Amino acid sequence: MPSLLHSLASPARFQRISAHVFPWAAVLATGLIGCGLVWALVFVPPDYQQGDTVRVMYVHVPAAWMSMFCYAVMAVLSVSFLIWKHALADLAARASAPIGAAFTTVALITGSLWGKPTWGTYWEWDARLTSVLVLFFLYLGHMALSNAFDDRERGGRAAAILAVVGAINLPIIKFSVEWWNTLHQPASVLRMDGPTIHSSMLWPLLVMAAGFTAFYVVLLLIRIRSELMARRIEVLQRHRAAEGA
Amino acid sequence: MTRKQRRTMFLTTGFACFAVATVLVLFALEDKVTFFYSPSDLVAEPVAPDLRIRLGGLVVDGSVMKLSDGITTTFVLTDGAAEVPVSYTGVLPDLFREGQGIIANGSFPDAAGPFVADEVLAKHDENYMPTEVADALKEAGHWQEEPEP
Repeated sequence: MPSLLHSLASPARFQRISAHVFPWAAVLATGLIGCGLVWALVFVPPDYQQGDTVRVMYVHVPAAWMSMFCYAVMAVLSVSFLIWKHALADLAARASAPIGAAFTTVALITGSLWGKPTWGTYWEWDARLTSVLVLFFLYLGHMALSNAFDDRERGGRAAAILAVVGAINLPIIKFSVEWWNTLHQPASVLRMDGPTIHSSMLWPLLVMAAGFTAFYVVLLLIRIRSELMARRIEVLQRHRAAEGA
Repeated sequence: MTRKQRRTMFLTTGFACFAVATVLVLFALEDKVTFFYSPSDLVAEPVAPDLRIRLGGLVVDGSVMKLSDGITTTFVLTDGAAEVPVSYTGVLPDLFREGQGIIANGSFPDAAGPFVADEVLAKHDENYMPTEVADALKEAGHWQEEPEP
C-alpha cells in the first residue's frame, strides 16, 4: 500500500493513470447502480416482516458502508500526508471529505425514513445512530478545519490529525450494535457466521455496494483532477503576474 | 532517528494513547450507552419507581391482551431468563406481535405493579428473507424466533 501511494504521489503520473481509470469507473458506476436499482426496486421479493419497506436497504446500506469506507480512505491518506508529506494525499483527503459527508447524509436520511414504519420512530439516541451522527460531524469538522488557515499546508495538517484521531470512531460504529443493546439491528452481511440475509436479497445489495464504490471513485477523481488543474492555473497566474511586474 | 521516523512514532503513540482513552471512556459509560435494559437486568438490579427507562425483550406468546377500553394493551416481555409484565396505552407499531423483539419506554409507577409504557418501538432483527422462504421454513419446522442478545 505505501509503495502504491508513493508511486501515485507525483501529480503528473496521477493525472495519467486517473485519465485511464476514470471512464471505466464511470461506466461501472452507471451500469451497476442502474441494474442494481431496477433489480432492487422491481424484482426483489418483499421481506416477510417489512414488506416493501425493505427496499430502502438497497440505498441505505451501501451509503452507510461508503460513509465509513470514505473515512478510512481519508485516514490512510492523512497518515501518508503527515509522515511522508505527500501533497497529493492532502489534496485527495480534502476531495474525499464532502463526498463522505454526502454518503453519511444519505445513510442518515434513508435510515430515518426506514425507522419510522419499522421501529415507530425517526430518530433515537442509540449507539449506532449516534456514532454515525458523530461521523457526519467529523466530516464537517474536517472540511472546516482544512480551510481554516491562510496557509494551506497548516490547514491540511490540522485536518489530517483530525482525520486520523477520528478513525477511532469507525470500529465504534461497526461494533456498536454488538457491544451494547441498541435499537439498530446487528450486522446482516459482514458477520462471523455468514450473512443472515437471503441470497435473493443479498446479491442486488452487493451490486449496489459495488456501484456505490465505483461512484465514489468517479466523484473523487473528478474532484482531485479539477483541484490539480485549479492549482496549476493559480501557479500560472502567479508566474504571469511576476513576469508583468 | 530520521524526521520521518519521528513523525511516524508521534503519530502511532498519539493514536494509541487516544484509542486507550476512548476504550476506557466507553467502558466507564457502558451502562449509559446501553439503549435499553433487559428483564434480567431489572431482576439483578431493580430500578427506582417512576424512573424512566427503556425495557427491551421479546413479547411472550399468548400474553398480549387488549383491555376493554380499546386502546390499552398488556403483554409480558422476556429475555429467556426473566419476565416483566407491561401495560401500554396507544397505537402499536406494525411489527408488534407475539415473539417480536420490542422496546418499551416508560417506568414502574409502583414497585409491585407492571411496567407502564408510553412508547413502544419494534426492534427489527438482522434476518431478511422473502415471504415464501419464511413460510417454507415455518412449514418445515425450522422456524425459530430470534432470541434477544
